[in-house]
Amino acid sequence: MTGLTEEPTVLKLAAEAELPGPRGPGGPFGRRSAPEGPPPERERVTLRAKLLTYLVLAPVAILFVAPFVWLISASLQPIGTIFQNPPTWIPDDPTLSGYKGFLDVGHLTGAQEAQGHGDWRWFVNSAFVSVTITVLQTFFNALCAYTFAKRKFPGRNVIFVLFLGTMMVPGQVTLIPNYIIIQHIPFFGGNDWMGTGGHGWLDSYWGLIMPGVVSAFGIFLLRQYMVSIPDELLDAARIDGASEFRIFWSVILPLCTPALAANAIFTFQGAWEDFFWPLIILSSPDKITAPVGLALFVVQNKTSWNLLFAGSVIATLPMIVVFMIFQRHFIKGIAMTGIKG
Amino acid sequence: MATVSAPVRRDIRETRVRRFFWRMWRERSAYLFIAPGVIVFSVFTLAALVFAFYLTFHRWSIIEPEKPYVGLTNYDDMLHDERFVQSVLNTVYFTGASVPLTMIIGLGLALLLNQPIRGRAIFRTAYYLPVVTPFVVSALLWKWLYNGQYGLFNYYLLQGHIIDEPLLWLSDKNLAMPSVVLMSVWSGVGFSMVVYLAGLQAIPAELYESATLDGAGTLRRIRYVTIPLLRPTTLFLLVIGIISSLQVFTQIFVMTSGGPVNKTTTMVYYMYLWAFKYYDMGYASTLAFALFAMLLVFTALQLRLFRGSEDV
Repeated sequence: MTGLTEEPTVLKLAAEAELPGPRGPGGPFGRRSAPEGPPPERERVTLRAKLLTYLVLAPVAILFVAPFVWLISASLQPIGTIFQNPPTWIPDDPTLSGYKGFLDVGHLTGAQEAQGHGDWRWFVNSAFVSVTITVLQTFFNALCAYTFAKRKFPGRNVIFVLFLGTMMVPGQVTLIPNYIIIQHIPFFGGNDWMGTGGHGWLDSYWGLIMPGVVSAFGIFLLRQYMVSIPDELLDAARIDGASEFRIFWSVILPLCTPALAANAIFTFQGAWEDFFWPLIILSSPDKITAPVGLALFVVQNKTSWNLLFAGSVIATLPMIVVFMIFQRHFIKGIAMTGIKG
Repeated sequence: MATVSAPVRRDIRETRVRRFFWRMWRERSAYLFIAPGVIVFSVFTLAALVFAFYLTFHRWSIIEPEKPYVGLTNYDDMLHDERFVQSVLNTVYFTGASVPLTMIIGLGLALLLNQPIRGRAIFRTAYYLPVVTPFVVSALLWKWLYNGQYGLFNYYLLQGHIIDEPLLWLSDKNLAMPSVVLMSVWSGVGFSMVVYLAGLQAIPAELYESATLDGAGTLRRIRYVTIPLLRPTTLFLLVIGIISSLQVFTQIFVMTSGGPVNKTTTMVYYMYLWAFKYYDMGYASTLAFALFAMLLVFTALQLRLFRGSEDV
C-alpha cells in the first residue's frame, strides 16, 4: 500500500496499542486472560503502598459510581422526593411509577399526559435500528474486508486507499450534504425519479440505517484480521469446487468470529448511542430513537425528572448487558486484531 | 529500429489491455462483493464530501428555491464572524482542558491498578461504567447534578462548607465550560485507563528489574521506564481524544444549548445552529470545512511531533 494518508498511522498505533478503536474496552477486562498482572518479582507490594493505593482508588471509584446509584435510586422515587434536600439515596417507598409513566403503561396523571410523556416506541425504534445496522454492517464490512484481503483484482488498491483516506473526514462534514442527499433519494417518500417533490428518506428508518451499512474503520480492522488466514485454506476450498461466496461464508466467516463479534459490538454501541444524525433527520414522535427522545424530553419538559430518570435507566441497560455478556468474547477479538496490526 | 518496435509496442499494449479486462472479467465476483460497500460509500462519503465543498460556494437554504452561487462570500463571512471565532476558542478551550485531564487521570488510575492488589476487577468496572453509558444519559444525569436548586453538587458542597451559596454551574458564564469539561472527563477516563492498562501490560518486566537494580525508586521508574515506553499509547489517546473532542456536540446540546451568552457554543454546535436553525446549509458547510481543516492540522502536527522525537 503506498500513498496512505495519516489516518492509517493512527490505526497502526491503535493496533500496536492492542486496541479496537474509540470507546472500546480493551484487553485488561479479561479476568481469565493469560499473562495478567505483573511478574512475581513485584508481587510484594508494601503494606503502606497498598493502603495508599486504596486511599486513592476507593474515593475515586465512589465518585464514578455515585451518579449511577443516584440515577437508579431516583428512577424509583416519586417526583416529590427527587426534588428534596437532603437528597434521598435509598427511597423509603420505592415506586415504579416513573417506569410506568415512561413506558406508557398503567394510569397516567393528567399532568403527565399534557407534558407529552415518554414512549416505549423510542426503545423499539432504537433496538430495531441498532440491530439492523449491526447485522448489515457486520456482513457488508466482512464481505468488503475479505475481498480486499484475499482477492486480487484490478483497482483493488485504489479503492482500498480511497476507503482509508476518507476515514479522516469527520462525520460533521458529510452531515449536511447527507441530509440533502437523503432528502432527494428517488422514488422514496413521495419523490419522483429526479428525487424531488417529497421528503425522501428523511424521517424514515431508511435514512437512519443506510448510511451506516458500511464503515471504513470496520473494514480496515476486519481486513487486518483476514490477511492472516492462510491462502492454502481458500485454495483447498476452491479445488473442492466451492463458489467464491461459499468460501467467504463457510471458510472465512467462521474463522473470524472474534473479530466479527468485536465489530458487531462496536457497531451496536455506536448505533444505540448515536445522537446527531437521528436528531436532525427524524421529526415524527413515533420514529425517534431513545437518545433523541430523552434529550428532547429534557429540553421540553423541565419537571418530570422521575420519568426521565426511568427512561435513562432503560436506555443504559442494553449497553451494560451487551458489555457484560460479550466482555470475554470481545477481548479475544481485540487481542487478535491487535496482534496482526 | 523504430519501424520494427512500434507495432511490437502496440501489440504489447493491446495484450496488456486485453489481459486487464480479462482479469477484471475473471474476478467479477470480487466486484460484486464490494459493490454494496462501494455504492454506499460513494454516495454517503465521496459524493457527500464533494457536495459539501460545492455547498460552501452557494447560499443554499432548504426553504428557499433559489440557491445562488456566491463565490467566496461564505468564507469571507466566516472570517469576520465573531461568534465563529468565539466557537473556535470555546472548542480549543474544551479540548485543551478535557483531553489532558482525561489522559492524566486515566494514566494515574492505570498505574495504581497495575499493581497486584485485591478488587482490581471491581475498580476497573467502576471506572469503566461511564464509558458504557449512552452519552445522552450521562449528559442528562449531570445536568441534574449541576442543578442550582436541587443538584447534588450544590447540596454536598454547601454541606461541606466549601461554598457559601449555591453555584449556578451551567448558567454561570465562567463555570459553564468547566462544568461541561468535568462531565466529559468523567465519561472518558475509563477508556483511557483501559488503554493505558493494555499498554502497561505490554512493558517487559525485565526493564523494571534492571531499573530497580540500578537503584531507581518507584517514581523514577515511572518517569524513565513507564512513561517513555507508553509513548505509542499516549499518542493514540491524544489523537483519538483531540479528534473526538474537537467534535463535541451532545453534551452542549443537552446541557447548555451553547449558553450562557455563547460561552459553550462549540464549532459543531454553531454549525448545527446554522444548518438546522437558520437553514443556511452553505454557511454551515463552510463552518464544517473549518473544523475539518483544524482536525487535519492538529493530527498532522501530532504525528510530526511523534515521528520527530522517534527518530532521535
